[in-house]
Amino acid sequence: MKNQQTEHQRILVVFPHPDDEAFAASGTLAMYIDSGAQVTYACLTLGEMGRNMGIPPFASRVTLPAIRKEELAASCLAIGIQDLRMLGFHDKMIEFEDQQRLDNEIMALLQELRPSLVITFYPGYSVHPDHDATGAAVIRTVGRLPAAERPLVHCVAFASNHERAIGKADVIVDVTAFLEQKMASIRAHRSQFQAAELVGNQELTDEEIRARFGTEPFWTYRFD
Amino acid sequence: MQPITPEDIQIRIDQLAGQDLYVHLELTTGAYASHLDSTRHPASAFISNAAVRYTQGSISGTGPYRVGLKTTQGWIYAEGLTHVDETEKERLILAGHDSQGKLIVALQLSRETF
Repeated sequence: MKNQQTEHQRILVVFPHPDDEAFAASGTLAMYIDSGAQVTYACLTLGEMGRNMGIPPFASRVTLPAIRKEELAASCLAIGIQDLRMLGFHDKMIEFEDQQRLDNEIMALLQELRPSLVITFYPGYSVHPDHDATGAAVIRTVGRLPAAERPLVHCVAFASNHERAIGKADVIVDVTAFLEQKMASIRAHRSQFQAAELVGNQELTDEEIRARFGTEPFWTYRFD
Repeated sequence: MQPITPEDIQIRIDQLAGQDLYVHLELTTGAYASHLDSTRHPASAFISNAAVRYTQGSISGTGPYRVGLKTTQGWIYAEGLTHVDETEKERLILAGHDSQGKLIVALQLSRETF
């Protein structure tokens, strides 16, 4: 494998929800940024339909978008992401959105930034309909570029059947050296991270954190 | 958000009766419901900014609470409500949270769109 730390100097991340970056790619992004990469994170929605509202609940449907916007900015700061774009789509509605509008926004980012690496969700294997629709839009749009101009696309997948369908991840990034940034990114999403299935409110030991968050797997999308 | 005091909510419901309002009504088990437990059924529904007017409405139950609003042409109903945004003076923002704090149901009324 090529030397990941210096391979990519301009990276575009496209995820639908504030906090997707924290769990899926924050360590990888912190690693690239440490090597001088410029990262743009296009976050499609503000996660305004999320169910986690803090414990006890401190957010409502009305206040959640503003809260998650601040959490997203704090997470990006923790990772070192230089360029955050909030695209203003409605949470849960990506699969129903005007596809042309969605694709045009992604194409505009590709043309403006000319990234060598794009990180998104693997369409069909990412559980949440917004994840799958976002990944599908990125794959569609990158696929429209001439083959020679296409950036590498690394996808995140975690559906229960994903390995049977797409095999094991071909890129496994060891992010143990960047766990401080990763945990700060996760914790920045204060309204989300108390959820029991994520971090819970228990204190994890360093060893548990390394075991649980120390690697980030990606699947390189094959366009042929 | 604060736990619901039904007497206070009844006053707020009465204050909003008989006028043009926008409603946000939502029920969800979450997009991850069946990912985490295959026996569960993922179901969600929401309608945002539907224009409504109700002639009478009330809150009922001992908590979690139910709210029923009799509209000019039909009904609006929500069950499982536990919390209210106490900082809202004009809008009524009600929600139901489960034991983990996750939002299950939301019922919101406002004279302006959300």
